[in-house]
Amino acid sequence: MIEILHYEFMRNALFAAVLVGIACGIVGAFVVMKKIVFISGGISHAAFGGIGLGYLLNINPVLTAIPFSLLSALAIGILSKKTKISEDAAIGILWSVGMALGILFISLSPGYAPDLFGYLFGSILTVPISDIIIMLILDIIIIVTVLLLYKELHALSFDEEFSMIVGVPTQTLYLILLCLVALSIIVLIRVVGIILVIALLTIPATIAKQFTSNLKKLIVLSMITAVVLTVIGLWLSYVFDLPSGAAIVLLLAIVFAICAGIKKYFTSKVK
Amino acid sequence: MKNSIIVELENIYFAYTNVPVLENINITIKQNDFLSIIGPNGGGKTTILRIILGLLEPDKGKVYVFGTSPKKARKHIGYLPQHITFDFDFPISVSEVVLMGRLGKRGIGRKYTETDISVCMAALQKVGMQQYRNNEIGKLSQGQRQRVFIARALSTEPKLLLLDEPVSSVDTQWQQAFYELLHDLNKEMTIVLVTHDISVVSTYVDKIACLNKRLYYHGSKKEGMHKISEMYECPVQLITHAPSHDSVGENDK
Repeated sequence: MIEILHYEFMRNALFAAVLVGIACGIVGAFVVMKKIVFISGGISHAAFGGIGLGYLLNINPVLTAIPFSLLSALAIGILSKKTKISEDAAIGILWSVGMALGILFISLSPGYAPDLFGYLFGSILTVPISDIIIMLILDIIIIVTVLLLYKELHALSFDEEFSMIVGVPTQTLYLILLCLVALSIIVLIRVVGIILVIALLTIPATIAKQFTSNLKKLIVLSMITAVVLTVIGLWLSYVFDLPSGAAIVLLLAIVFAICAGIKKYFTSKVK
Repeated sequence: MKNSIIVELENIYFAYTNVPVLENINITIKQNDFLSIIGPNGGGKTTILRIILGLLEPDKGKVYVFGTSPKKARKHIGYLPQHITFDFDFPISVSEVVLMGRLGKRGIGRKYTETDISVCMAALQKVGMQQYRNNEIGKLSQGQRQRVFIARALSTEPKLLLLDEPVSSVDTQWQQAFYELLHDLNKEMTIVLVTHDISVVSTYVDKIACLNKRLYYHGSKKEGMHKISEMYECPVQLITHAPSHDSVGENDK
């Protein structure tokens, strides 16, 4: 295990796994608690438009995906809160329009689109150092925002109406939360890909939720779960030559099933 | 300050997508009033509270709360909704729920102060739930949860307390204590109570508003009690017989 760390790509992959775990541990806890899993799915698919734009303009697709996913987060939030369009319809529209734009941009860009598969399904072993730096910056933004807004986000997730009555700017706060989701999706894209992002935003937090009823502990536990399982998934994909995104997601699902089984076994024993 | 006007509703009309709920409502609530809004289900009681809070905008008419708009006045209002739906697995403790009442007093990025904590503990003590402060809210019984949400409304240190069926799920023993508590609180704040429990109205409340889409009576209890029984579609049985939710249901239509 140690000698594979001599390879630069392996060290990068390990960094990426840790950064991914931090982002999805923190943001995933709120995604699960506020029940915005499918909004997050919509934002991540819409981000594909940004990836396509990167190919077209010949810049790093991760960079162009940032404004794209932020805008789609805001669009979903505003469409569903300010207009009569229902939230799931807004998600559906953004989801497909983003994907369609991505496909259009890629077809317009000259030549073959290399690595496209990696953006869709993730490839942790090919994350370059430049992307690691972007991921690190986004992680810092996520951590600072959540530290500043912790009590407001906690209240918003629990009871939005009451938070609004006591003077919390809930609409703005909700949009900020969606933007945090958008940023965490960018952090995750390289590792698990647009299509599998939603697994890392939901499964670690859902696993952690089985073991604690304190939000701070839940966030920390889901961060640890995400980091550990991403690293193990990375190792499995290296050893057995599996696609990393799929390996990580399936590992998460297996661990979730085991934890849920253990929890059920013990709670039924107590009763 | 005594007798200054806290809430003024002028010619309020409200409809949920063409279903009229309130028509031509005029209500004035003065400082230290203890007003009970009574009326059948679907009569618009909750809608009035939500208009006072600025959660709903009336289609017609004017609303003044503390002489200003409901949205600006909200921070002085403590509110207990009739139903609070949340995930019983939600990771939040009783004291964290009650601390939510202090959110508006602390800016972004600032921690709750000692004062916030002591205000919340005092509110929990008032509803007799202080020993549950570290429990998960989802693990409490429905009645206990309702008491915690009453404490949360009190932790905002409101000047106006809006309670929407506050005793619908607490036991009768605690109901008595609760009304005594409201009686004490009424010295410091104005209280609006939506209820079906007419025995409460006769004992504790000093003003009533009888509401079924239109306002059938609004004024002091003394004149109101015998007037209501003569009046239109108001839940008349509730006045003369023991309160029961069935009799309310019969008056719906």
